[in-house]
Amino acid sequence: MKRILFKVGTMLTALMTTRVFAETTDKIDQYTLNMRKGVTDISAEVYDMHMLMFIICVVIGVGVFGVMFVSMFFHRKSRGAKPANFHESVKVEIAWTITPFIILIGMAFPATKLLINMEDASEPDVTVLVTGSQWKWHYKYMDNDVEFFSKIATQQDQIKGKIPKGVNYLLEVDRPLVIPTGKKIRFLVTSDDVIHSWWVPDFAVKQDANPGFINDAWAIANEPGIYRGQCAELCGKDHGFMPVVVIAKEPAEFDKWIAEQEAIQMQAKEEEQRLLAMNMTMPEAMTQGEQVYLANCAACHMPNGEGLPGVFPALKGSQIAVADKPRHIEIMINGVTGSAMQSYAKQLTMSEIAAVVTYERNAWGNNTGDLVQAKDINAVMNGQ
Amino acid sequence: MTTTTEVNHDDDHHDGEHHEHHIPYGIKRWLYTTNHKDIGTLYLWFAFIMFLTGGAMAMVIRAELFQPGLQIVEPHFFNQMTTVHGLIMVFGAVMPAFTGLANWLIPMMIGAPDMALPRMNNWSFWILPFAFSILLGSLFMEGGGPAFGWTFYAPLSTTYSGDGTALFVFAVHIMGASSIMGAINVIVTIFNMRAPGMTWMKMPLFVWTWLITAFLLIAVMPVLAGAVTMVLTDKFFGTSFFDAAGGGDPVMFQHIFWFFGHPEVYIMILPAFGIISQIIPTFARKRLFGYASMVYATASIALLSFIVWAHHMFTTGMPVAAELFFMFATMLISVPTGVKVFNWVATMWRGSMTFEVPMLFALAFIVLFTIGGLSGLMLAIVPVDFQYHDTYFVVAHFHYVLVTGAIFSIMAAVYYWLPKWTGKMFHIGLAKWHFWCSLVSVNVLFFPMHFVGLAGMPRRIPDYALQFADFNKWISIGGFAFGLSQLIFLVLLIKACKKQGEPVSAQVWEGAEGLEWEIPSPAPYHTFETPPVVK
Repeated sequence: MKRILFKVGTMLTALMTTRVFAETTDKIDQYTLNMRKGVTDISAEVYDMHMLMFIICVVIGVGVFGVMFVSMFFHRKSRGAKPANFHESVKVEIAWTITPFIILIGMAFPATKLLINMEDASEPDVTVLVTGSQWKWHYKYMDNDVEFFSKIATQQDQIKGKIPKGVNYLLEVDRPLVIPTGKKIRFLVTSDDVIHSWWVPDFAVKQDANPGFINDAWAIANEPGIYRGQCAELCGKDHGFMPVVVIAKEPAEFDKWIAEQEAIQMQAKEEEQRLLAMNMTMPEAMTQGEQVYLANCAACHMPNGEGLPGVFPALKGSQIAVADKPRHIEIMINGVTGSAMQSYAKQLTMSEIAAVVTYERNAWGNNTGDLVQAKDINAVMNGQ
Repeated sequence: MTTTTEVNHDDDHHDGEHHEHHIPYGIKRWLYTTNHKDIGTLYLWFAFIMFLTGGAMAMVIRAELFQPGLQIVEPHFFNQMTTVHGLIMVFGAVMPAFTGLANWLIPMMIGAPDMALPRMNNWSFWILPFAFSILLGSLFMEGGGPAFGWTFYAPLSTTYSGDGTALFVFAVHIMGASSIMGAINVIVTIFNMRAPGMTWMKMPLFVWTWLITAFLLIAVMPVLAGAVTMVLTDKFFGTSFFDAAGGGDPVMFQHIFWFFGHPEVYIMILPAFGIISQIIPTFARKRLFGYASMVYATASIALLSFIVWAHHMFTTGMPVAAELFFMFATMLISVPTGVKVFNWVATMWRGSMTFEVPMLFALAFIVLFTIGGLSGLMLAIVPVDFQYHDTYFVVAHFHYVLVTGAIFSIMAAVYYWLPKWTGKMFHIGLAKWHFWCSLVSVNVLFFPMHFVGLAGMPRRIPDYALQFADFNKWISIGGFAFGLSQLIFLVLLIKACKKQGEPVSAQVWEGAEGLEWEIPSPAPYHTFETPPVVK
């Protein structure tokens, strides 16, 4: 019994932390000066548009400042310059109103064309629902039975400076989004809580994730590779720790990958049902619970369970965590409306929820001795 | 605009008014004052203290961003620093500084004895310290102060914020009331108290730009008040203005906020245009090239500012038609702005220039503000804005227009009119040190932000990926240097207030024209009790 449980446990853990990008080469961009060209036709056009704008602005700047510097040098009193008396020339003033106007029209045409092209997300080959929540992304393939959460994979010790930082510091996730190359991917972007913004610079895609509304964007990645971005809209405490990683694979490889994922997720669901019949021991629940807690809860409630006073409530010694067990389980499953507490029903398996509830009820001096099992969670979820 | 004037100096000394003979002293002078010069001084010192306070927060931000990793502060406190830094600089430093200049200068420029509503003037200043005490006090509350950015986007500022939000809302209400009262005062003064002969098209440009700014303030501060009130009721009283679950819309918050926010940007730059238009002709010893076109350009910028707000929101998922409209409208603003820059350059052309400290700041303003304006034009282009939006490129852009734009113009103004206020020339050596240190450090501080932004560094993050490390180090060093440079300014101002320095003439600067240069230096406590006649 215990052994089966362990096997399933390791399998689920493996599923959660699969590094699917092992076989693809990781291109670390060394761009630190300019916008990147990216890997889609659109992103290359955006880059060209950016360079065009940049050059026009530099030319205007050099012209205006040039005249100004010439006059600062030659028309100074110390060189004996006598002030002229000219002012108000209708011709000159019309000229310097019309000329910028014509330049602007010249810019507006290509910009409009490009924008209309960018906003046309029709007839996609693959559709992915991207949902932001504090502080992770959830990806759901609309045409397949595959969905998962994607969280930052950089260790806290790297952030706190206790160990050296890796090359992809803050730009690495546990489970990247995988897409096929050469196919039109439509991203439906939304949020479960505050506004986030899903940004992949290499695709020139930045789309706000608004709670209650769905935006779309699209990309056709021309080259296989790993593309990294970040959340671009301030979304609370860990806004800086919400990376986006997308892997583009050849279509054949992608098909293989998605089929594998479907099988794994199907199997995981079956395993979860089977787990309902089993019981964890206290040490097992505490070990797994601590892992789950640190990965999902500690960002707000803090590793020591004390929360952030006034913002995120403490669990240590809280009424719910030491007394009201049904409410504790219900909060884990449904979240708390009107607060930052999310629903974990979809994010964690029932045995994980059971483990973390057990952990919270016994850690940091909350010594209730309560041991919650997956079937207890199942009972609440199914309204029993 | 020629202003030939006759000032009857005798009128400064009698007229049967008794209050003018004994200037009140001590704390009561400042607390009860209805004198536009005293209130102007209060506003300016308040703004400078707030500038140093907001600057200290920027130092915390730059210290944390000096290298990758979390070293000094926690992310939640970092967010409070970025938020309160922004709020203090906008509402506590730039806006009160301009109001202080308006108080000092508008009556002297139009030949009025004081502001039209002196008691309200006193009140609009004295509620400000309370507003900012509340805002700063919220930092010490359980859960901390506002941590949702100065733009306080819902629902981060509603459902997901700490209880300190209530204090933030109250503080913003008070700031808004203060601004509205200040604006009413400016409008009433300019409309009713101009000296005989001071026709609309003879008014100095600083007066014109402030008049237009005052209308913008009255138009949009109530919108801000509405936005914060809706945030308050959404958070504490169960309404759902910005909550989709209750039928609201979080993007509507952004529309309301930026309908205030974009004119607000021009509130912070139009008076700067006025200041520069006063200073350049003085030190070029040549009339402003196109006075009328400057007035019309200011008015067109103000009108256009109402139809461009959504360019802050291109990534929110607006319809293409709306994106195009706001792109075109935004691009259009560069036309009148260009007219202004061309006008200043044409004024300098074939002038007889000297480079006193106010002129140095004014010239730096023209170059650096134009850089900020040009990056603004790039940001207007929607398809590329998707890449720029919410990155350090935007941070670079708005610091160029606000720091080297608005704040440099305020410094130029202070150096320009300070001798008139104190009657003594400020310490020129310190002033030049202040200028050159600020000029170099401000560019080390803000220029590399363009690069990290283009390379993909989002704004408002307490920690960043390794490829941004080198530039961030330089940015922080520039930041510390710029912060320290302002202490030179502090020393200079203290010396000036102690009335140290060489006495100056009434005109102060060779080439300075206008009513304020015809009254003695220092400007008497009461001026123009009998209006001058402007011919």
